[in-house]
Amino acid sequence: MSITRDEVAHLARLSRLALTDAELDHFAGQLDQIIGAVARVQEVAAEGIPPMTHAVPVANVFRDDVEVPCLTPEQALSGAPAAEQSRFRVPRILTED
Amino acid sequence: MAAGDAPTGSELTRLSAAEIAAAVASGDVSAVEVTQAHLDRIVAVDPDVHAFLHVAGIGALAAAEGVDRKRAAGEPLGPLAGVPLALKDVMTTADMPTTCGSKILEGWRPPYDATVTKRLRAAGVVILGKTNMDEFAMGSSTENSAYGPSHNPWDLTRIPGGSSGGSSAAVAAYEAPLAIGTDTGGSIRQPAAVCGIVGMKPTYGGSSRYGLVAFASSLDTPGPLARTVLDAALLHEVMSGHDPCDSTSVDAPVPPVVAAARHADVSGLRVGVVTEFSGGGSQTGVQARFTEAVELLESLGAKVVEVSCPHFTYALPAYYLIAPSECSSNLARFDAMRYGLRVGDDGVRSADEVMALTREAGFGPEVKRRIMLGTYALSSGYYDAYYGKAQQVRTRITQDFEAAFEQVDVLVSPTTPTTAFPLGERADDPMAMYLADLFTIPSDLAGNAAISVPCGLAPEDGLPVGLQIMAPALADDRAYRVAAAVEAALEQRWGGPLLAQAKELREQAGETR
Repeated sequence: MSITRDEVAHLARLSRLALTDAELDHFAGQLDQIIGAVARVQEVAAEGIPPMTHAVPVANVFRDDVEVPCLTPEQALSGAPAAEQSRFRVPRILTED
Repeated sequence: MAAGDAPTGSELTRLSAAEIAAAVASGDVSAVEVTQAHLDRIVAVDPDVHAFLHVAGIGALAAAEGVDRKRAAGEPLGPLAGVPLALKDVMTTADMPTTCGSKILEGWRPPYDATVTKRLRAAGVVILGKTNMDEFAMGSSTENSAYGPSHNPWDLTRIPGGSSGGSSAAVAAYEAPLAIGTDTGGSIRQPAAVCGIVGMKPTYGGSSRYGLVAFASSLDTPGPLARTVLDAALLHEVMSGHDPCDSTSVDAPVPPVVAAARHADVSGLRVGVVTEFSGGGSQTGVQARFTEAVELLESLGAKVVEVSCPHFTYALPAYYLIAPSECSSNLARFDAMRYGLRVGDDGVRSADEVMALTREAGFGPEVKRRIMLGTYALSSGYYDAYYGKAQQVRTRITQDFEAAFEQVDVLVSPTTPTTAFPLGERADDPMAMYLADLFTIPSDLAGNAAISVPCGLAPEDGLPVGLQIMAPALADDRAYRVAAAVEAALEQRWGGPLLAQAKELREQAGETR
């Protein structure tokens, strides 16, 4: 067993997924199987091999500092679940304690 | 069609994109007639195929009218002006919903067009609508779509591939001559292979990701699907090129893909058969058709050798660490705050709780699995053993390609180990589903160019098999050249395109949506 149900519950919390108990049972078995399979990467001799993050080695891409049109407030808010006074309205982010 | 007889009605849906563009440019048919014929075909067959999530009939006809007006005014038309296209629902469109096959984006109308969308419109390509896909492009069958699967036009009980399965099904069902897909682990080539059409993953950065809803940013690559190699090349040219809005976009000219598709000659070309992908592991009929395709290349004058790429067998596990890691980060944007679904906002619950409830309700099982897998691989304590190691394997795979391309001009393999499997067969077996991408993933990890071209039917089930041709980064034209040669030789042998061997779909009466 490479991953336990409790660990999956912890991952779900980190991932902001309010999983049901049934989902936790189901995913725990599947994730265990997947992690067991992908752990094969550890068989590859990689001593001194640099990690590859990107297919094309590009860094520091600059553009001229020219103003370009951007979204209007109406456009930016057009998909908002809730909006007020040209702002996104969100649930409370602080707790009492 | 006979010379001088302009095609009409349903005949228009059988034409290639190149033929349609020529007929529109010459005035033999109008772009409106062509568009209407395809909208009619969608009404007739899409209840069974379910390739589209959204059909934009009015917008498509308006775009077609625009092309006809330009022609009437004597203005120059682009090489694909008036040609209908099906757009994967992962590309933003300001005038159509963009859902990515997810409930979390149901009905979302983006405030802007993706660069690819913009380029298509500017070229006079007529966008018919948005195609079905596995949720956020995670899957190989479209069964992970929140809106139900698409069906393979060769056999409606089977998968059309994925994640660009709506796009491949639309093209194979003559609902559109062209489609846009995106490839992260094989999501253009695998659906193309199992639907008996052509699909190309361009070099990473060759086509813009701006407005492509991100899954794994270091891998995601938009590309064309079509019924012919030339059509794919024409679309490739129209959609590609440097985009300042995408910082990973390659600032170099688009490789001469159209010229290559017309120069279908492989004499003297060195072709490498990947040892690791040509032994067992594939379905018998897939292996048989692949072996024949290699013999065909030899008979056309190519010099075939076997090339070992020892790390390719580690591509699948490396991919299923790298892609979920990037996905867990990218999909954090679906936080119920700025757009998309919001669940449980009762004035009492905190933002954190609303976020977790929304993501629980809005994401399907595969997306949840991958987010958690990525979160795991990036956790402190596991990072080096999983994500870090996978990135080193990625380097190893790229080195394998570099060594191989010192000996040969292109590498070949079957596109996918099996033909289209039955819907439902692997739906809740993630590891079995992942195997569909076994042969396509190395090119995604290395970021080079790879195409799938039909190479026959597997005798045991009568379903299409794809030949994959992999070329070095920025040598996309080389993949087209080989694919075009294979296509020309095989169509001569078959007496027509492979797709002509598919049985006709039942047409239903109905109103244009």
